[in-house]
Amino acid sequence: MDSRLLQDLKKLLGSEAVLHEPEDLMLYEYDGSVEVARPNCVVFPRTKEHIVGLVEIANRHKTPIVGRGAGTGLSGGALARRGGILAIFSKMNRILEVDVENQRAIVQPGVVNADLSAAVAHTGLHFAPDPSSQKACTIGGNVSENSGGPHTLAYGVTTNHVLELEMVLPTGELIRIGSSALDSPGYDLPGLFVGSEGTLGLLTEITVKLTRLPESVKTLLAIFDTLDDTTETVVDITARGITPAACEMLDGYTLRAVEAYVHAGFPIDSAAVLLIDVDGVREGVESQAEEVAEICRAHHAREVRVAKDSRERDLLWKGRKNAFGAVGRLSTTYYVQDGVIPRTKLPATLRRITEISERYGFPIGNIFHAGDGNLHPLILFDARDERQLKRVIAAADEIIQFCIEMGGSITGEHGVGMEKDRLMPLLFSEADLDLMRGVRDAFNPTGLLNPEKIFPNKKGCGEIHIRPLPVAGVSVT
Amino acid sequence: MTTASKTATSRLPDVIGAEHVSSNATDLSAYAIDQKLPSVIVRPGSTEEVVEIVKYAATEKLALIASGARTKIGIGSPPARYDIALDMTRLNRIIAYDPGDLTLSVEAGVPLQKVAAALAVHRQFLPLAAPFFDRATVGGTIASGVDTPLRQFYGTARDYVLGMEFVSGEGVRSKSGGNVVKNVTGYDLHKLMIGSLGTLGVITRLNFKTFPMPAASRGFVATFETLDRAFKMRNCVAQSPLTPMTFDLLSPRVADIFSSQRAGQLTSSTMPAGVFSSGQWALAIGYSGKDNVLLRYEAELRRMAAESSAAAVIVLEDRDRAAAFAFKREFIPIALESSPAATIVKISVLSARLKDALSGAIKAAQLPWAAMARSLGVIFFALLPPDLSQASHRQLASTTDQILAAGGLLGANVTIPWCPSEWKSALKIWGPERHDLAQMQKVKKVFDPLCIFSPGRFMGGI
Repeated sequence: MDSRLLQDLKKLLGSEAVLHEPEDLMLYEYDGSVEVARPNCVVFPRTKEHIVGLVEIANRHKTPIVGRGAGTGLSGGALARRGGILAIFSKMNRILEVDVENQRAIVQPGVVNADLSAAVAHTGLHFAPDPSSQKACTIGGNVSENSGGPHTLAYGVTTNHVLELEMVLPTGELIRIGSSALDSPGYDLPGLFVGSEGTLGLLTEITVKLTRLPESVKTLLAIFDTLDDTTETVVDITARGITPAACEMLDGYTLRAVEAYVHAGFPIDSAAVLLIDVDGVREGVESQAEEVAEICRAHHAREVRVAKDSRERDLLWKGRKNAFGAVGRLSTTYYVQDGVIPRTKLPATLRRITEISERYGFPIGNIFHAGDGNLHPLILFDARDERQLKRVIAAADEIIQFCIEMGGSITGEHGVGMEKDRLMPLLFSEADLDLMRGVRDAFNPTGLLNPEKIFPNKKGCGEIHIRPLPVAGVSVT
Repeated sequence: MTTASKTATSRLPDVIGAEHVSSNATDLSAYAIDQKLPSVIVRPGSTEEVVEIVKYAATEKLALIASGARTKIGIGSPPARYDIALDMTRLNRIIAYDPGDLTLSVEAGVPLQKVAAALAVHRQFLPLAAPFFDRATVGGTIASGVDTPLRQFYGTARDYVLGMEFVSGEGVRSKSGGNVVKNVTGYDLHKLMIGSLGTLGVITRLNFKTFPMPAASRGFVATFETLDRAFKMRNCVAQSPLTPMTFDLLSPRVADIFSSQRAGQLTSSTMPAGVFSSGQWALAIGYSGKDNVLLRYEAELRRMAAESSAAAVIVLEDRDRAAAFAFKREFIPIALESSPAATIVKISVLSARLKDALSGAIKAAQLPWAAMARSLGVIFFALLPPDLSQASHRQLASTTDQILAAGGLLGANVTIPWCPSEWKSALKIWGPERHDLAQMQKVKKVFDPLCIFSPGRFMGGI
């Protein structure tokens, strides 16, 4: 570690805000994925002036810089792949303004997702994107990854809720894009920057829309004896033009893990369940819930339960949102994927995943956003065994390959990061990627900001790097 | 058009075949933009042909402006150069439609109506209920960035475009996004295309999320003597648990322009009697659902209208509802045809400041005007000068300057999407210079380094 760099960082932030001892850095070489990369130093900026200063230092020392929120990411997006400075936004966690009348909030990037909704709950508003890690993950991270969550089925993903961004570009410029009022004239720059995985700028302020909480919500738990019945139900709900607020599927394997952990009353002997929210005005919710229940029964649901009260509802959702953690109790490591398929292809895809699981001999748990076709197969394995790791990646690649054959995508909400860059050529031509790289280079010309993410290295493309893996359950997912 | 441009474009028939190239004077005049004529019209039939034409234009440094049905081609600054009119209407196929997944992929030149008809078979629709609906293409609607009354519930195009294919300024076929409803793979370049007026790329294909048609829909129109009363009801609705599909406020003169014969032709509908009354403000609200939901809406809206001292209320069903919706959708074309010098100022403002922004515009108006305000914070303020005279021009310029200044104080985005070509260069059609213009210029340079796409038509001379 360059001592002059360290000196500059300490001078800017104070020595208590700079970590550089190996034992400290170890904590920051992971996120929620299986990727690992160790930064040279970890810093905790507190102001936007600090961010400007950090970018200036990074440029002066020609060292990479990477922004990071809570580190709950699932694709290595906030890992320092080329070392350098890892800037943690946890101290920039103030809600700067809440404008209830206009349903807007201005936050610093380190504000925890659930904290914003909690802060405005008494006004009947909330921040709609609800990743499962919402109790830990930050809004800056959500913006960078364009995070989703169960309720994005009806409410949209992060990009649908972001209006204006302030950020520091890798060139050191502090810029604002978009506007708090609708229809900011000119190109939709927030549309480009949201989901750019921290490769274009370091966020300093975010203006988001707040959404009115629905008048009424009903949570249904439909219990099935076969996977096919479960997936066919989702196909049917979609085809009939019903858009629930959320439609999540948990298979029997994960259900049992979740139930042992959360005790939410999930039936442990079933093949799968659907956890469905319908919301809106009272009268509509009643009839929609009935309609959904009928479809479930038509597809041989053994039972359709409706949560009696908010306590029961919260418990079911707690089970869903802690599912990854629960699965972590079953195996030392899991590898989670994020492929998306057309909803009509759900039955075929789940059958293929089962077949792959049997062929490779790895248990695969499925707990995912069925309503929008966003899969999360969790492949359980033992990371201490090198041969297993190779086979896990082969199994995972088969699943992704199948998603693409079905007309799908490699990631619905977790991002490409450093985990899926090698898969990008499966979806995009070199010309497509070159244009995207051109956009990156226009804003990040020296490549010092979050290097080697999203886009495969032109030479090394297709290579699979074998890495040591973290133990499952280290992060809240 | 220059002689050099004529010579260069004369080789285009070799690129895509003579039958799809035209330099006939009558044809050219139909493609004029702000009185500027192209040298040639080219009608590609495939993305491959678009690539060839763009490559040719790039090599010859010819300015190319893509268009669909040209209904909104007037939006934007006058072109700095204009050699090739790229007519996209032959690319008019629906490529893929999966009703079970509610996804759709179409070529850019497909008419909105054709898409609507195909989707209606499966009781689905695209919320692109944009103005000029009967003629407009999907690509043109997206590139022009116009909104629709349905944005109240369904958002704007950026909320339901899933991906796009386009040809960059160097003639490279590119794409971003995909055709699934959730996707974060790569940069969302397609979002940049929305409202870019063809300055970044030629859109060739678009993927959308489609939506199920609601069980039933109703329209509710309440009329008011004063703006204050109309806003009283608007605020009641906005703060209630109701989630209407459309929610617009119409100014007193709208009733008059809606009753013109031309308005009937533009909407292919007849406005049912007694919906809008001359001299009255009107709050027009659309809502959908099953019977019990419709009853709830009607009861609540009637109560709120009474509490806000509405002069009259009417509930519209079936054909009457569809007709009233069509008039709202076509407000801009109707306003444009109700004056020889019609100018539309768009004011986007935080919703709690909507009334202030509207009052400010009314106060500034030195000419006849009509307005449609979307409750979520967008005003289309139509100035309707009686003629193209110097006096009208002065009054218009002074009015728009004042609206711009008032909008600035309210943090509004003020632009002038439509005005007479003759007056365009003297008006600040993009509003005040924006602080993020430099970032937009960076984007432009990546997509179109030679500046061949719609040069000069966008903000800041882009």
